[in-house]
Amino acid sequence: MLLEVTLSGVTLGGMYALVAMGLTLQYGVARIMNLSYGELLIAAAFAALWFYSGLALSPLLGLLVVPPLAFALSYAIYRILLQPLVRRAKTRDALEVDSILATFGLLFVIQGVMLAVFGGAYYSYSYLSIPLQIAGATVAANRLLALVLAVAIGLGLYLGLTRTRLGTAVRAVAVDPVAAQLVAIDVRTASALAFALGGALVAAAGVLVSMFLTFNANLGVVFTLKALVVVIMGGVGNLLGALIAGLVLGLVENYVAVFVDPGLTLAATYAIFLLVLLVRPQGLLGRSSR
Amino acid sequence: MMRMALGALAVSAAALFVVAPASAQDKVKIGYAISKTGPNAGGASITQIPNYEMWVKDVNAKGGLMIGGKRVPIEVVEYDDRSNSEEAVRAVERLVTQDKVDLLFPPWGTGLNLAVGPVFNKYGYPQLTFSAVTDRAPELAKRWPNSFWLLGTSKQYVDALADLLKKMRSEGKIGPNIAMISIADGFGIDLSQAARKSFGDAGFKLAYDKSYPIGTQDLSPLIGEAQRSGADTFVAFSYPPDTMALTEQSKVASYAPKVMFLGVGVGFPMYPQRFGANAEGIMSLGGWSKDNASTAAYAKKHEEMFKRGPDRWGSQIGYSSLQMLEQAIERVGKIDRAAIIKELQTGTFDTVLGKVKLVDNQMKDNYWLIGQWQDGFFVGVAPQRPGVGTPTVPKAPWKP
Repeated sequence: MLLEVTLSGVTLGGMYALVAMGLTLQYGVARIMNLSYGELLIAAAFAALWFYSGLALSPLLGLLVVPPLAFALSYAIYRILLQPLVRRAKTRDALEVDSILATFGLLFVIQGVMLAVFGGAYYSYSYLSIPLQIAGATVAANRLLALVLAVAIGLGLYLGLTRTRLGTAVRAVAVDPVAAQLVAIDVRTASALAFALGGALVAAAGVLVSMFLTFNANLGVVFTLKALVVVIMGGVGNLLGALIAGLVLGLVENYVAVFVDPGLTLAATYAIFLLVLLVRPQGLLGRSSR
Repeated sequence: MMRMALGALAVSAAALFVVAPASAQDKVKIGYAISKTGPNAGGASITQIPNYEMWVKDVNAKGGLMIGGKRVPIEVVEYDDRSNSEEAVRAVERLVTQDKVDLLFPPWGTGLNLAVGPVFNKYGYPQLTFSAVTDRAPELAKRWPNSFWLLGTSKQYVDALADLLKKMRSEGKIGPNIAMISIADGFGIDLSQAARKSFGDAGFKLAYDKSYPIGTQDLSPLIGEAQRSGADTFVAFSYPPDTMALTEQSKVASYAPKVMFLGVGVGFPMYPQRFGANAEGIMSLGGWSKDNASTAAYAKKHEEMFKRGPDRWGSQIGYSSLQMLEQAIERVGKIDRAAIIKELQTGTFDTVLGKVKLVDNQMKDNYWLIGQWQDGFFVGVAPQRPGVGTPTVPKAPWKP
């Protein structure tokens, strides 16, 4: 039983981590607190649904198409909508306030388009809902896949950020954008790339969660909030931090649900969040992608 | 003398001029505020908004409402209440005072209908709710005689379920233990409270009884606990996203209780669409008559117009309520809201559900409280009244 709960907790945590990793890039590196983040996730979920029911293709094929599209869209959003804000912002805090206002507007634009196309009704479909036996415990294949991809993306990006020249440049921007300029790093391009990469990640998350969650055009904010908790817990801009924080939250929620009371899962989530903020305000693994 | 006569003529002409447009109404303005965005939008856009659009289209296709011997077309004013009760109250006030609508349609859900109740009452508009389940319905109908509570009370539903389970137990089909979970929100709290009493009175024991917060994305811990409790009846008062997840995760966990009763969403068209043969045997609120030609025609029309079927719980009741309103207006013959309310309280109406006569502003034995998916049809299996289906127990095993 303990194994079963642990396994389901880890898969839930993997989903949380997957959903949060894009935001940690956007917020940590590009310094954009993107409130329309969850809307992009839902848009990707609708795209996956369209792959599945409209084109009769595997939603996993959507993983090859949707994230690159989201990358391009996010890149354009950053260049056209957000770069003017970055240019005129005098301090990091000023940029944060401006980006919150701008992306709050963007939230309603994306949501409005989805409402116009799909209406407010719930949508869902079944894909890879196959029970897999792991050491005697059962887990759904689609949820396990989300966990595996979260870990793969988390580790892959971590290596990319620490072992490549471009990754080092991106990390330098996260640590200090002004100093980064002094060593001839193109801060604007690095920020735009980080923002676009975040968009691609959240789109991948949207495709994956659409296989097991029921969604409608209004559900984006739920994911934005969860992602924000994970990002702040893990340390803003820290991919490994997001992965670990997501797993911790998933495990705690499911342990509390079984051993204490399922009514207290939300309370437990916020208790841990509060504890982390009090003890380690910079997040579990600290700020920015070190 | 001449001058006086002319004056009188002028006055009566003026009076005529003022009265004329009112007596010869050239359109009926109907307004509603409903959740097009926010957490309520999912329910509102499946059960409620399609009914409004379909009824207006149906009536206008006939040329409009028959008022004073001629057809008067309907004009609609629609607002989004953003699933927010203050917003809903403000929008309804605006519909009455600014847009000066002749009639109002109610919002979606128990909470918003309670919120706008005083406004409907203050201005004397009939409020025909069909997406609100509350045990206070009888009391509310007394306090606001203009309000009608057509979807019943939580006690009605759980009593019908308890009766059904009791019968199965006496036939030796199920044991005395029930595992129950409920969402920690209006619907789940009301229904589970009523169920605790009702199940207890019927001699059942709750082997597992927990609530979970709204937005829970993994229900496997609860399914695991319900499975370990050993109860062979599983009851969940859940919302659509959880209803879908519970079905899917039960299947993955191979959890197959003999009776599986789930909450809102089982009657939605997406349910059989997603689960196919695995919907077989799942029970929930609502239910349809297999042999009712008019509800079948209604479902067909709904499918043609919206590319999806109606909700098998509230939709048919909703359309019936609009038919009742239509007939009440045409019998009164003018937009006299007090007279329309009186007619709704006392008249007998022809609806897709059959003949309906309200008792204390509520429906009585006009629809099914509990249904079960059988061969792709959501059959009404309780309460006991003519045409009742026989529930299949135990539920069929999950298919891969």
